[in-house]
Amino acid sequence: MLKDITIGQYFPGTSPMHKMDPRMKISLTFLYIIALFLAKNIAAVGFGAVFVIVCYWISKIPLNMIIKSLKPIVPIIIFTSVLNVFFVESGELLFEWKFIHIYRDGIIVSILMSMRIICLIAGTGLLTYTTSPISLTDGIERLLGPLKKIKVPVHEIAMMMTIALRFIPTLIEETEKIMSAQKARGADLESGGIVDRAKALIPILIPLFISSFRRADELALAMECRCYRGGEGRTRMKVLKYTFVDFVALGLVVVFTAGIMGLNFALPTVM
Amino acid sequence: MLNNIIDAEKLSFAYIDDDGKNIDVFKNLSISIKEGELVAVLGHNGSGKSTLAKHFNAILIPNEGECTVVGYNTKDEDSVYDIRQNVGMVFQNPDNQIVATVVEEDVAFALENMGVPSGEIRQRVDEALEAVRMEKYKLHAPHRLSGGQKQRIAIAGVIAMRPKCIILDEPTAMLDPRGRKEVMETIKMLREKYHITIVIITHYMDEAAQCDRVVVIDKGKILYNATPKEVFSHVEEIKKVGLDVPQATELAYELRKAGVKIRSDIITEEECVEELTKLLS
Amino acid sequence: MSVIKTEGLTHVYSMGTPFQKTAIENINLEINEGEFIGLIGHTGSGKSTLIQHLNGLLEPTEGKIYIDNEDMWADKSKIRDFRFKVGLVFQYPEYQLFEETVYKDIAFGPKNMGLDEKEIEKRVFESAISVGLAPELIEKSPFELSGGQKRRVAIAGVLAMEPRVLILDEPTAGLDPYGREVILNLIKKYHEEKNKTIIWVSHSMEDIARFAEKVLVMNESKIFSFGTVEEVFRNNKEIENIGLSIPQITKISRSLSEKGLEIDSGIFNVEAARDSILKLLKKKEG
Repeated sequence: MLKDITIGQYFPGTSPMHKMDPRMKISLTFLYIIALFLAKNIAAVGFGAVFVIVCYWISKIPLNMIIKSLKPIVPIIIFTSVLNVFFVESGELLFEWKFIHIYRDGIIVSILMSMRIICLIAGTGLLTYTTSPISLTDGIERLLGPLKKIKVPVHEIAMMMTIALRFIPTLIEETEKIMSAQKARGADLESGGIVDRAKALIPILIPLFISSFRRADELALAMECRCYRGGEGRTRMKVLKYTFVDFVALGLVVVFTAGIMGLNFALPTVM
Repeated sequence: MLNNIIDAEKLSFAYIDDDGKNIDVFKNLSISIKEGELVAVLGHNGSGKSTLAKHFNAILIPNEGECTVVGYNTKDEDSVYDIRQNVGMVFQNPDNQIVATVVEEDVAFALENMGVPSGEIRQRVDEALEAVRMEKYKLHAPHRLSGGQKQRIAIAGVIAMRPKCIILDEPTAMLDPRGRKEVMETIKMLREKYHITIVIITHYMDEAAQCDRVVVIDKGKILYNATPKEVFSHVEEIKKVGLDVPQATELAYELRKAGVKIRSDIITEEECVEELTKLLS
Repeated sequence: MSVIKTEGLTHVYSMGTPFQKTAIENINLEINEGEFIGLIGHTGSGKSTLIQHLNGLLEPTEGKIYIDNEDMWADKSKIRDFRFKVGLVFQYPEYQLFEETVYKDIAFGPKNMGLDEKEIEKRVFESAISVGLAPELIEKSPFELSGGQKRRVAIAGVLAMEPRVLILDEPTAGLDPYGREVILNLIKKYHEEKNKTIIWVSHSMEDIARFAEKVLVMNESKIFSFGTVEEVFRNNKEIENIGLSIPQITKISRSLSEKGLEIDSGIFNVEAARDSILKLLKKKEG
């Protein structure tokens, strides 16, 4: 059922990772990604992989979550690997058949790229697994705070994200209800060609749109009644504060980045 | 003497419909709500009762007449937020008034908008959740709660503002009997414990019967404005405007019609049983 | 003759996950042609799950459903035919309207049945009359209508399929007393004129007592009681024990009978209460 889909995939917990300030988590995730792309050889990227696995272990998120989150991007991984295998033309020639030439470097580069993508997904995944959607939007709002000065509507963007997160389950439920109601009137949603199926969506989408507008209207009124007037002069119940955990994490990621640099320096560069 | 929280004097309100026609919702309507009162507003759909309620917290401004709320005139733009802080509103659809993805964040929403310092928000949110007995659910996602629980969260979000008055626009219309009971109990508790003035718009006569005063609105006019006993004794007139009376009242009315001498101001089953036992034994 | 029959009907949601939940359990039910049944129970008692089985929207985890003695799930590809036989009007059905005109919206079901234009037209007008829609509304957009009118259009959309059984899930939810009265009376009239079987889900015991012939009470995934209104209301104490409210008039008559007065403790409408009391008064005087 549609209802079983959980958005954001947050795993509540009490690990140090969960306790970190979302701003720090977001920043460090970015730093980690940059470090991954600075890593120039297998040992360095391997170090990145070990680092993210240790982070999963600390935050008590099951490792098979990495595999689950990788599923949708398997085609991308395969595509980049194949591309690199065929198009990198340096190092020892390993295989040759007609126009296909496979070089040693090509294989190494493709392993390197795949590992980077996997680590990237695992790293950002960890961010969403250990941070509730609300503190994530909160963190983004505050990190982007300085952009307010150049008239970026940071608060409005964050509010939109919050409302979207709030209403996704409601709208999923509503979609299911409308689908059942139309099926009860004999709507056939399962058979026919693409055109038929697209047509069959009309009786579902139109009511859904109309009800979303109605909801938006009512929500706007309710927000107005609760003194909402945009971001100005607004305070927050939860004040974000960097704590000891955050500084330890910062230190570790800095050390990690330095390690990557060291490995880059010590071992030959592949790419 | 008790002061008036809301004073609406000779309000007129009209809107322009899609065809450009001027539609009067009400004309020359006057009503006042006293501090600490629990008032029910009855009227069929389209009678103008929701429009009237929106005048009480400056969402709508009258075309003519004055609406004074907790000492502020709703026409005065500078006091709009003072008014809304003091007159909270709860709506019919529990889903469409919850903003946040976590219960306690939603209760905090109004306070954050008002610029209350963080520590105080925390304290007031906890208090409000305790008041509606939802403290156990403070970290839950609102969409997993029942309708009655969602309405209690909405009420908590309003009482966290510490308003003098709460207006509830058909808060039980979309709930099952259990949810309705939860909400009505919460409302009565608010009044007893916090002495908040409450205006409840409803279609349920049993809810109106529990109030101090019942205001019946029909076609933009106030038809009755009295105690439930007084209002419900006009059985025929009430039915004529598309409303209903409690069954106890109806039974007494039917018996009177058949020539039995029984009081006409019976609204609860206890009164009805008492009168009938007197009559029959 | 039974038009709907269930045998050991059971439905489990999200089987095999931590969210596993038995919504209905071993439901054995027989509904006869032409009955007007009120279905009552708490939210979560399984009544929504039950009605969605009766018109083939949900497939039973276990057990069988027979419509006119035909096994509903014997051939999955024919399930749509059963949906036309058992019409289901959902809660707040006005939210499913989508067409440009009232006519087209009511015609949606009949069209899906593959009927010809002429038959569709006939059915649209007939069902519009059944729900008391003024003819001038037929060519209007459904979104221009009032809330109560929209709901009647949605109900007409199901009536136009001319189902043998009509199921309505809280058709009066959110309406004012007048709107409730209008809908209930038109359902009653439809039942009387067409002699169709009706299953009507409601939270209001008062309404069920006034309109239905039989009552089906669901509690904790099971049938709690099923019988005529009189039979079910005679056990009003038990119904209160499972947390359902009974009509105020039943409470009054029960209190009177407990005080030793000769009055039926299961009275469920004001007229019956009035008559019993008048009779008692006469006896006292005479």
